[in-house]
Amino acid sequence: MKRDDDFDARRESLKGLSDHELHKRFWSLAEQLTAPLLEMGRLYTSPSIERSILLRMGFSSLEAKALVDACLEKGLLGHGAGHVVYKASQAGGKDIRETGLALIRGEGWEDLEGTFSKEDAQ
Amino acid sequence: MSDYRLEPGAPLDVREVLKDLASYRPRRRGWTWRKMAPGLKMHGFTYQDTSEPLKRSVPLPPAHHFGNIDPQPGPVITTEIASGRFEDDIRRMRMAAHHGADHIMVIRTAGQSHFDGLIEGTPQGVGGVPITRKQIRAQRKALDMIEDEVGRPINYHSYVSGVAGPEIAVLFAEEGVNGAHQDPQYNVLYRNINMARSFVDACESKRVMSWAGMAQIDGAHNANATAREAWKVMPELMVQHAINARFSVACGMPRDLVCLSTVPPTATPAPCVHMDLPYAVALRELFEGFRMRAQMNTKYIQSSTREATVTHVLNMLVSKLTSADIQSTITPDEGRNVPWHIYNIEACDTARQTLIGLDGLMDMVALKQEGYLREKARELKERAVLFMEEMLVSGGYFQAVEDGFFVDSGYFPERNGDGISRSLTGGIGAGSLIARKKDYMAPVTAHYGYNNTAQYGLRTGQSPAGLIGGCTLERPEMIQYIDELDETDNAAMRMAESGELRQPGARFLKPEMEWLGDGTVMLTLFFPAEKKVARAAALEAARRMNLEDPEVISLEVMHPVDGTRVEVKGKVPFSIPLDSLVIPPEPEVMEDDEIRAAIKECPIKVVCGTVGEDEHSVGLREIIDIKHGGIEGYGIQVHYLGTSVPPDKLVSAAIEVGADAILASTIISHDNIHYKNIALIDRIAREMGVRSRLVFLAGGTQVTPELAREAGADEGFGRGAKGVHVATALIKMRKARK
Repeated sequence: MKRDDDFDARRESLKGLSDHELHKRFWSLAEQLTAPLLEMGRLYTSPSIERSILLRMGFSSLEAKALVDACLEKGLLGHGAGHVVYKASQAGGKDIRETGLALIRGEGWEDLEGTFSKEDAQ
Repeated sequence: MSDYRLEPGAPLDVREVLKDLASYRPRRRGWTWRKMAPGLKMHGFTYQDTSEPLKRSVPLPPAHHFGNIDPQPGPVITTEIASGRFEDDIRRMRMAAHHGADHIMVIRTAGQSHFDGLIEGTPQGVGGVPITRKQIRAQRKALDMIEDEVGRPINYHSYVSGVAGPEIAVLFAEEGVNGAHQDPQYNVLYRNINMARSFVDACESKRVMSWAGMAQIDGAHNANATAREAWKVMPELMVQHAINARFSVACGMPRDLVCLSTVPPTATPAPCVHMDLPYAVALRELFEGFRMRAQMNTKYIQSSTREATVTHVLNMLVSKLTSADIQSTITPDEGRNVPWHIYNIEACDTARQTLIGLDGLMDMVALKQEGYLREKARELKERAVLFMEEMLVSGGYFQAVEDGFFVDSGYFPERNGDGISRSLTGGIGAGSLIARKKDYMAPVTAHYGYNNTAQYGLRTGQSPAGLIGGCTLERPEMIQYIDELDETDNAAMRMAESGELRQPGARFLKPEMEWLGDGTVMLTLFFPAEKKVARAAALEAARRMNLEDPEVISLEVMHPVDGTRVEVKGKVPFSIPLDSLVIPPEPEVMEDDEIRAAIKECPIKVVCGTVGEDEHSVGLREIIDIKHGGIEGYGIQVHYLGTSVPPDKLVSAAIEVGADAILASTIISHDNIHYKNIALIDRIAREMGVRSRLVFLAGGTQVTPELAREAGADEGFGRGAKGVHVATALIKMRKARK
């Protein structure tokens, strides 16, 4: 879009505001613009977020990548990669790290079948 | 565990830093501001805006006239160090810390933004460093030692951006990185990473950074660097700052760790302060409570380091007239190459010098509360508000980006239709987001958003990581450390190649600008010729000097035909065996009391003056005057003949008053006249038969002791010589004569 500088006309609605009111307007607009983005962050996840969770659970970057790739392939990432490992660990009675390494080797996935919710988060 | 300690008098041993990294743990988390010391007194001066001084540092060049003081300004000072070889950057970090930097920023290697995961090991980078766990540990470990040495915490910083942002944020939190760039808009506009992915990832990254107390710097300054006319994006810059700032606070970041990366957008020959100051004022008013990271302008700098430095000084004038919590520096060679060691140091010194020079400015001047400055600041704010209103009308942030709102070269509401447009369904990582299911759960600390831990019995407020007995943020011993993944591309291999040059224990020395042993040197030449001829002549000169790979890095026209200044870089093919160097001994200095006693026992009389057609007297007066710590203070009797003294008069005066010594000062060095005059005095004294009983000392800023002795003086004194050196020499030489 091309448009000439029509600031003088557009500012009509703003020129009566005090500086304080203008600042309030500025921050209220910033809030309105970012609210939907934050809500999206609340309800979605990504491979990187899930790998970052596995790092925090004590896996290396290489292991985290392998686990997230496997969860993606099996359609389980929406439940949380960390959740998958946690649940498998509960089911198998082994610690988190041992369980994750086994999942990377392809072991233990069968215990998880049919245990996850199908509904989306609200 | 290595018991290596950094000794102030010893070279930093990078090999030792790289040992035992698997067990290294950072000593602290989070950002550190300087401790202010208002009213600080040093060398009889009182400072208004300074912070606590350092334990060890290299003061500014003129400091020796001021008791070697090194007052430190209030803002944290940033320098960016990333040559591609992180191991060589460690030594540069130590140098920078000694020149006042306490925020070391590491630029990432080209392409890391698009790397889907973490990089491990120590591969060499291009235009930056591959950020890895090993590299961070080594540098943070070195900085721990360096901060102990200089006596001030050093903030270590890199980038949480790209498609692996959350993983990098966790890595940084685990490894004690103190600050990071994080701004999803940067991914979107400049890295073409999918918008939705960038913002969703940013929520997690920001939450992790907040947990670690890291300072965040946004990416708005990139619009300055990208827009054709940088000053026209000022309204948009405020919008970008607002989006990231508001988004960050909502993710849990405290306002005083949200730093706006702000650059004075304009440079000379535009009336830049007149344009930049209202913007700086408007920004600080709108964003009260947030922190200002004042960056220097890079957009317009050319290859002249002088020109870049002046722009940067003007930028800091704006910082001083408004505020800066962090004063970042751009190396003045940014317009010609990846920064060299010496230019990082120059940039730190420029910041330190300028900010100390402007100390207390705002106690004396105030910005006007009416007229142009206020009106312009208000106008910029209104334009920013109108920008956001139109974004909302268009359908929100994503739609506005799709519509090319950002980095348009028009001064909003003017539009030129040349903004950067990104599609919500396009870019790297498009389609990679996954909706969280109702049972979505992440059993870790510092996780953003929906997290159904209730299904496992946790109540609101209970730590999700409690489900697994704590995560790496509480239990760092859980962190998995990978040393190297590539057998050939790693620091050990690179260091083996330059082993004989590496300190401590080096056998050879080689000139260096960037990497150990790079052999790079720079020449400055002037040719009485036009640009093209001068360029060719400079390259030919470099070849004849046996420089390899010569390259012209700067050309400045002195006159379109009569003269060109050229700077050339090249590499020398040799290393210098350290044991072949002849290092002249330091001048001997007697104790003050010892000198006074010797003079009292046997008085010394000298005649002195500046010889030749030379009216300079400052240097000689410093050597003789009692108030400058000169030789009069020791009781030496001085007959000062003044300036432009003919050599024969100096000798005849010495005979007349029965002097024991002649002190000749000679400043002008054109055509070697200083050494010619020294030789002349020596000859006249011989001809008059008095040379053997007179001590003859010569000094001046361009005098080197060896050449002065060769010319006929008994001793020479160059730049930095003091009365005590001259008095010591007089006493020793008189004794030798007896």
